[in-house]
Amino acid sequence: MTVTINGQAHQLTTAPDRPLLDVLREDLGLTGTKYGCGEGQCRACTVLLNGKPVTSCLTPVRLADGKSVTTIEGLAPGDRLHRVQQAFLDAEAMQCGYCVPGMILRTVSLLEATPHPTDAQIIDALNGNLCRCCGYVRILDAVRRAAQQEGGRPHAE
Amino acid sequence: MPNEPERYELFEAPPYQFQLNRRDFLEVAGFVICLTATPLLDAQTAAKPRARLAFAADGTVTVFAGKVEVGQGAATELAMAVAEELRLPVSKVRAVLGDTDLCPNDGITAGSRTTPATVPEARKAAAAHRGGELSPPPAWKTLGQSHPAQNARAIVTGRHQYPSDIRRPGMLYAAVLRPPSFGAKLLSIDPSVLKDKSLTVVNDNGFVAVAAPTSFAARQAVATLAAAARWETKPHPASADLFRVLKETATNPRENKRGDLAPAFAAASKQSRGTYQTPYIQHAPMEPRAAVAEWLDGKLTVWTGTQNPFGVQQQLQQAFRLSAEQVRVIEPGSGGGFGGKHTGEVAIEAARLAKEAGKPVHLRWTRAEEFAWAYCRPAGLWEIQAALDANGRLTAWDFASYNAGTAGLESPYRIPNTRTRFFRSDSPLREGSYRGIAATTNNFARECAMDELAALAGQDPLDFRLAHLDNPRLRDVLVAVAEKFNWKSRRQKPGAALGIAAGFEKGSYVAACVEVAKDAKSGFAIRDFHMAYECGAILNPSNLRAQVEGAIIQGLGGALMESIEFVNGRLTNGSFTAYRLPRLRDVPPLTITLLDRKDLPSVGAGETPIIVVAPALAAAVSALTGQRRRSLPLRSA
Ligand code: FES
Ligand code: FES
Repeated sequence: MTVTINGQAHQLTTAPDRPLLDVLREDLGLTGTKYGCGEGQCRACTVLLNGKPVTSCLTPVRLADGKSVTTIEGLAPGDRLHRVQQAFLDAEAMQCGYCVPGMILRTVSLLEATPHPTDAQIIDALNGNLCRCCGYVRILDAVRRAAQQEGGRPHAE
Repeated sequence: MPNEPERYELFEAPPYQFQLNRRDFLEVAGFVICLTATPLLDAQTAAKPRARLAFAADGTVTVFAGKVEVGQGAATELAMAVAEELRLPVSKVRAVLGDTDLCPNDGITAGSRTTPATVPEARKAAAAHRGGELSPPPAWKTLGQSHPAQNARAIVTGRHQYPSDIRRPGMLYAAVLRPPSFGAKLLSIDPSVLKDKSLTVVNDNGFVAVAAPTSFAARQAVATLAAAARWETKPHPASADLFRVLKETATNPRENKRGDLAPAFAAASKQSRGTYQTPYIQHAPMEPRAAVAEWLDGKLTVWTGTQNPFGVQQQLQQAFRLSAEQVRVIEPGSGGGFGGKHTGEVAIEAARLAKEAGKPVHLRWTRAEEFAWAYCRPAGLWEIQAALDANGRLTAWDFASYNAGTAGLESPYRIPNTRTRFFRSDSPLREGSYRGIAATTNNFARECAMDELAALAGQDPLDFRLAHLDNPRLRDVLVAVAEKFNWKSRRQKPGAALGIAAGFEKGSYVAACVEVAKDAKSGFAIRDFHMAYECGAILNPSNLRAQVEGAIIQGLGGALMESIEFVNGRLTNGSFTAYRLPRLRDVPPLTITLLDRKDLPSVGAGETPIIVVAPALAAAVSALTGQRRRSLPLRSA
């Protein structure tokens, strides 16, 4: 299998039914993608597959063959932050932070499709992402802030 | 009522009695005798002093504390405290928490103790270093200001390593064979069904687990073992019978009395009587229990998610017959706790496998394991009887609490004749701590009863409470929330379904007001929710607000939707698919009023705000439907 991960092509030899989540974390050391349930119910494991958000816990790695995967580590080059990452930082939208990578990737895909979402659209997009610290007030604030930023350029350090 | 019997998990027997390897032990007449001369629980662990502060040549300072960071803001708060007393910018101070080799033993991270106990320690150490006095709250430059979490950037970039993210050279991944039902005993397994030589299999006194190069392979191997395992199951009560079991198995209560109940009830003008119930609920932290264990030159190092690193160190010493020097526990900052991560079973399991494999082992519980095998918040049952005199004043209060725990048992209201009893029961499920634990549930029952009594007295529930309250801090939050919410004028509106509740716990004071309205889909919807909260001098306002927001919304889960269900020794809703938790859509408009009392010592705030959420809602829903709601969750039929 060949999977492009965060812009780099990887040849993978592994059981094709392994969850993409496990391959990212265990084989490639990309531990920013989190396990929360393995049921598709928390979205802590969200990655972008060809730009679309998927729950990597329920995605067998074979479905990523020939496709590109973006994880939280690959969202912005080097030490820079994507504007959504910056917005989560500015809004202090984290307690333990375990849900945050999934929240950020979902937000990135929401804003690509809908640059200026209403609150109802934000809630629709993120209701599947569980935060057990229940930091939803700030998460909503972070998404609104990200949407208010002009353009989609990554923030400077 | 002196000690605290509510943290049931702290009194459990060790989870495993390993045989380990015969080489390490000598068997004499059926007894296993340990050849290593180290005592099981090394008393020196607690005694050995470790430095609180370290000063680097570049001017940066490190503060060490045995507390852990689970998202409640302990690390930043400790760094701020030291920065304050050393007159340094916070960016110059780093906090290292939860490492038993490096940190002083500050005890378990529970009971909201970091703020009132550990922060003062850190401040004293820093002030002593400067050779000055503690700076008083009105003079604070750093404390009292908002500071973001120190690891925020690592979190948004995915670089923060949670316990389940730790990677070690040659590390294997593990899975554990769990019983098919509570209390089931393993009769036999057949390890020969596993042909793959890359697997490490442990079968030690009931503990059966596999380590493999991938977690996928480990899970598959355990599934293969499970298919061939034989178990002896045990009858187990169903959740439908839960409250009957709690009542029937209740033992002699602990009792507190004041005045004389019988004459007060005899002379009463009105009486009320009610039975209240709260089910088991689970913490369900986003990161399940996880540990990475590594043995190197006879020393065991375990990275794990726990609120009690020194306690886990002791559990590991006991399980493997090691001295404190031979065990290092590191808590790198984990994905949520909420009182659910006090114990070390995952650390012990990973360490047992790592010992067998001769390689580091990673074990992360599955969500299903987390639901079934972690401990729950205790279920509770209450019987409350009370009496009013002709003026609508409370004269008698008879409060019987079953199984919930002893925090928050005593009423804050002025009542001349009271009896408060706490009964322990045989709990069908494993129980332990939880955010606010028994203060939440005891307060739920008490405040529901207070609402009923106010109605019985024909009084506004706010006025009724104030008429029985002397504590000025509790009065202050009640008055503050009622004013902000416009309680008095909103109560005049016909058909308004409002609820109010108050309480205090662990030295902080809280009150809430809520309005609900009919909703076609879910029965009722929350219009808005107000809270006033006071916890002394505020240390980090932004973090405090986040804790209060989180406590309210987490409290909505227990109030509205959460209940662990079981039958035949199995959970029927032990998954995120079946167990509903608060989500973004469930968040009502929140208004939070924080009272900053610079004249009062700071106390911890992660827990107490949760204790008024359920009773305020129950009162509002009762008002909406005209039917008294006395059990949780409120959205179940
Ligand atoms: S871990 Fe994938 S949805 Fe929860
Ligand atoms: S911040 Fe802890 S789960 Fe969201």
